[in-house]
Amino acid sequence: MNPAMPTIFLIIVLAPLAAAVIAGIFMRFIPRHFSHWVTILGVAVSFVLSVYVLWQMLYNSMGNFNVTVYNWGVVGNVQFQVGFLVDRLTALMITVVSFVSLMVHIYTIGYMADDPGYKRFFSYIALFTFAMLMLVMANNFLQLFFGWEAVGLVSYLLIGFWYTRPTAIYAGLKAFLVNRVGDFGFLLGIALVLTYSGSVNYAAVFAYAPQLAGQHMQLFPGLAWSVPTVICILLFVGAMGKSAQVPLHVWLPDSMEGPTPISALIHAATMVTAGIFMVARMSPLFELSDTALSVVMIVGAITAFFMGLVGIVQNDIKRVIAYSTLSQLGYMAVALGASAYAAGIFHLMTHAFFKALLFLAAGSVIIAMHHEQDMRRMGGLRKYMPITYITFLIGSLALIAFPGFAGFFSKDTIIAAVHDSQRAGASFAYWCVLLGVFVTALYTFRMFFMTFHGKERFVVEPGGKHDHGHEDHASEEHLAPGHLAHPPKESPWVVTVPLILLAIPSLFIGWLTIQPVLYGGFFGSSIYVAPNHHVMQRLTDEFHGAANMVRESVTSPALYLALAGVLVAWFFYLYAPQLPALLAQKLNAFYQLLIHKFYFDEIYAFFIAGGTRGLGNALWKGGDGVVIDGVLVNGSARAVGWLSGVLRRGQSGYLYHYAFAMIVGLCLLLGWLLLR
Amino acid sequence: MTFTLPAFTPAIPEMFVLGMGCFILLVDVFLSDRHRVVTHWLSLATIAATAWLTVTVAENAGLLTFSDMFINDSMGNVFKLFTYLTVALTFLYARDYFNDRNLFKGEFYVLGLFGMLGMMVMISAHNFITIYLGLELLSLSLYAMVALDRDSPAASEAAMKYFVLGAIASGILLYGMSLLYGATGTLDITRLGVHIAEAPDINIGVMFALGFIIVGLCFKLGAVPFHMWLPDVYEGANTPVTLYVGSAPKIAAFALFMRLLVEGLGGLRAEWRTMLIVLSILSMAIGSIVAIVQTNLKRLLAYSTISHVGYILMGILVGTTAGYQAAMFYVITYVIMAAAAFGIIILLARKGFESDRLEDFKGLNDRSPWFAAMMLIVMFGMAGVPPFVGFFGKLYVLRAVIDAGMIWLAVVGVIFAIISAFYYLKVVKLMYFDRAPEGMKPVEASLDMRWVLSGNSLAILLLGVLPGPLMALCARVITF
Repeated sequence: MNPAMPTIFLIIVLAPLAAAVIAGIFMRFIPRHFSHWVTILGVAVSFVLSVYVLWQMLYNSMGNFNVTVYNWGVVGNVQFQVGFLVDRLTALMITVVSFVSLMVHIYTIGYMADDPGYKRFFSYIALFTFAMLMLVMANNFLQLFFGWEAVGLVSYLLIGFWYTRPTAIYAGLKAFLVNRVGDFGFLLGIALVLTYSGSVNYAAVFAYAPQLAGQHMQLFPGLAWSVPTVICILLFVGAMGKSAQVPLHVWLPDSMEGPTPISALIHAATMVTAGIFMVARMSPLFELSDTALSVVMIVGAITAFFMGLVGIVQNDIKRVIAYSTLSQLGYMAVALGASAYAAGIFHLMTHAFFKALLFLAAGSVIIAMHHEQDMRRMGGLRKYMPITYITFLIGSLALIAFPGFAGFFSKDTIIAAVHDSQRAGASFAYWCVLLGVFVTALYTFRMFFMTFHGKERFVVEPGGKHDHGHEDHASEEHLAPGHLAHPPKESPWVVTVPLILLAIPSLFIGWLTIQPVLYGGFFGSSIYVAPNHHVMQRLTDEFHGAANMVRESVTSPALYLALAGVLVAWFFYLYAPQLPALLAQKLNAFYQLLIHKFYFDEIYAFFIAGGTRGLGNALWKGGDGVVIDGVLVNGSARAVGWLSGVLRRGQSGYLYHYAFAMIVGLCLLLGWLLLR
Repeated sequence: MTFTLPAFTPAIPEMFVLGMGCFILLVDVFLSDRHRVVTHWLSLATIAATAWLTVTVAENAGLLTFSDMFINDSMGNVFKLFTYLTVALTFLYARDYFNDRNLFKGEFYVLGLFGMLGMMVMISAHNFITIYLGLELLSLSLYAMVALDRDSPAASEAAMKYFVLGAIASGILLYGMSLLYGATGTLDITRLGVHIAEAPDINIGVMFALGFIIVGLCFKLGAVPFHMWLPDVYEGANTPVTLYVGSAPKIAAFALFMRLLVEGLGGLRAEWRTMLIVLSILSMAIGSIVAIVQTNLKRLLAYSTISHVGYILMGILVGTTAGYQAAMFYVITYVIMAAAAFGIIILLARKGFESDRLEDFKGLNDRSPWFAAMMLIVMFGMAGVPPFVGFFGKLYVLRAVIDAGMIWLAVVGVIFAIISAFYYLKVVKLMYFDRAPEGMKPVEASLDMRWVLSGNSLAILLLGVLPGPLMALCARVITF
């Protein structure tokens, strides 16, 4: 055991924080370029050290760390500490998080070049990285919750980064509020854990977990619930908020209001993966409850399939990717529900790379289109921006699980695991994830074809007054949508280099790591799977190397479904582009359902938001205004004042009145004694 | 019949005060106005010497003398020492005030000392006759002191009212005592307690006697509905006299409650508890509510006194040791706060300007930030804001009430504490947020008064930060 390790952990966490503080607090005093250098340096330090930790774990057989660095408080018998649990799960997570974050930092230099909030943005994303690292490295529930909330807070700040846009403010608020709903469940879950196990420390809680198994509690009188089921479902409610599972997914598409780098960061590395990570981390608890795992699986399956459907009808390039994130998060949840935690985390990792790639590539397209995001005004961009085109293609192939690409290995494993699972709801989940492959391929290549192939649907208006810097936003405001001042061109190197760096793992990471991560016992003791839940075990027996897996995919339905999806996309959007509109007309009811995203937003806005506002209004005007302010506060003050005016008249100044009062008082006392 | 001399030692402080009072009276006759300050310092020296004597002859176990009519015990001695302290503060604060108004005569000091003697006798009384003796000595001194400024119609009116009502109260008390003597055949407090504890059934005569005695005691303390004299006397009398009337006699009256009700009539606790509950709530209510509309600070403080009396009664009526201790803590701290409050009024007053209206306190912070802060401490202390000592007074009383299971009464107490906070905070608001009227002069006062008054006010803060020793003292001397 390396004694320097706790210090290294501290540096991993604190380097981004220090960078965020420097860039944020001294914003007014530091030059622009310094703010990106300091934050990049901070995150790079984290990344390098994370790689070092992972390296030590993998090749120097370093054991798990569970260290407490600070005793924050003691309440009764419960200790609240700041500490780190670093095992292979954590090591993998911090490497992925810091790598994606680093790429996003570099990319931001180009993307946000003209933004007045440049330094603020760097401060926020470094803070975001810090929060996520805190979350994944925690060794207790309290610190987990701290990171959880910190991630939520910074995501609110970042989604609403352009705070002059009403839609951005709305989206930020929505993300925050929906996450509050999830956090409520999460907090209740933590409270239950604390109640039953008497500790918030992972090690203590997991050690206590077997005793939890047989216990029951009465949520409603006369109805006994298994304690692990209640705890796990409550914890998963928290995960549903953060990882955007149906029905708490509504904030994620709206989060596209934030700048593109932050979309990449939220969707790929931080925030949404928190829920998946948390469930995997809590595997000793979840394994106690088949019911809870079924819930996880079914919720994930619904998210995976139905959110993919919505992705088909979106026209905003970023929104398509957002819905694809929802769908992929559903896949991860399904894997968790099938007890294939390793597969879920594996998909999380591969997804982090190709989703960050897709977002950043989309951002590159958006830069080239002068912040136009509607795909109906794109097309034929292939020849203008070759690097973006190729990297985007790699990301797309990875996303649709084309054999050999990163996504293939993880997604196919999930499908196989669900196929093998005996859990209630597994067959439903299996069909959802299988058909989801078709849907994924359809919307992904629809987006791909609409953006890079086909007719150019934008208009270039070269000419005198637009002939100035590409950075100048003000002059572009008055151009009609889809009208560009000059032809799109490839983005600068700060944008393309991260794309290339992300394309490499999107190509190879699955190939290289499936053997050790999934089947080599990589996670060791950090993930616990009950012996009777061992779907991964069977897959291990069937696994004969990555190359064989690619070869065998020819016999699996998933490949043909994916190819079918690509073919359909090609047919509708390249071969016969007039067909989609026609189809939408014919299947209007279905189309409306999809275009309104199954009416989740409308229902929430009307019932929950409207109901809450109505209740708040009633309580404010009726309860607070009339009863509390009017009657209780002002009313009692007025009553006392009035009484005071009346009573003072008793003090008449006449001696005989005074004497009379005394005699009356005496008589009353004596009378009471007599009649008692 | 043989006549043995009683033991005089336990009563030496009383005899000393009596002798010195007469001596100062004589000396004062031969002093010219220029040398009147000799009387002042002589009186203070007398008090200091009395305190020393009291400590010297203190009998912790309790020693009876004069045919069991007089007792020297630790509770009485602690009460006496705080009485000396308050009377001494009164004398100190009074000097400049009377000097400015041509009232700097020996009478105030002599009457003050005799009043103090009356209080000492009340505190040490162990027989109804002694109680009555002390009470009358105190009362007659007070009547005369209120009328000290004989050219002031307000003072004369106040003295007249006080005298008549006081006479009625004395009569009522005396009547109660005679009834009690008729029913039990004794005037000795211990024997009375034994008799009542052993009596198989309590006859109506004893009950009536109890009612009369409570009325008499509550008049002294100023509980509603026997409070009518209080606002008029507080307002009409000169401020130093108000200070005298409003502070030390409360300690003596509380001692009477302890001796009479608790020691003597403790067997009737169930009966007097209900009466005191009613009187306590009425006192808190009238005191808190009527104070709100007052424009005169002395009158306001009179109502505030009535309200505080409600809390003192609350501590007594609990009928537990903790309750008595809490009430004693409350009385002592209240007296300290009252002394500081009136002291500040005296400090701000000048010839022809009493500074006793609320508006006179507007913008005090601009005129004298230090004494505005002192007044703030006093007002916060009276309102019961932590960390000032008033908070702990209320806390201990309310805790005793809650421990006795009368949560509703504690709730009532808290409600009236909130109402009364209004007028204390109003004073603070006037001092800090309003502008002083034109032509207000800066505060001027002698150095010794400034120091003593500051110490008095800061004691409210200090005792609030460290309430432990005083509470321990109360716990040590009250053991029934």
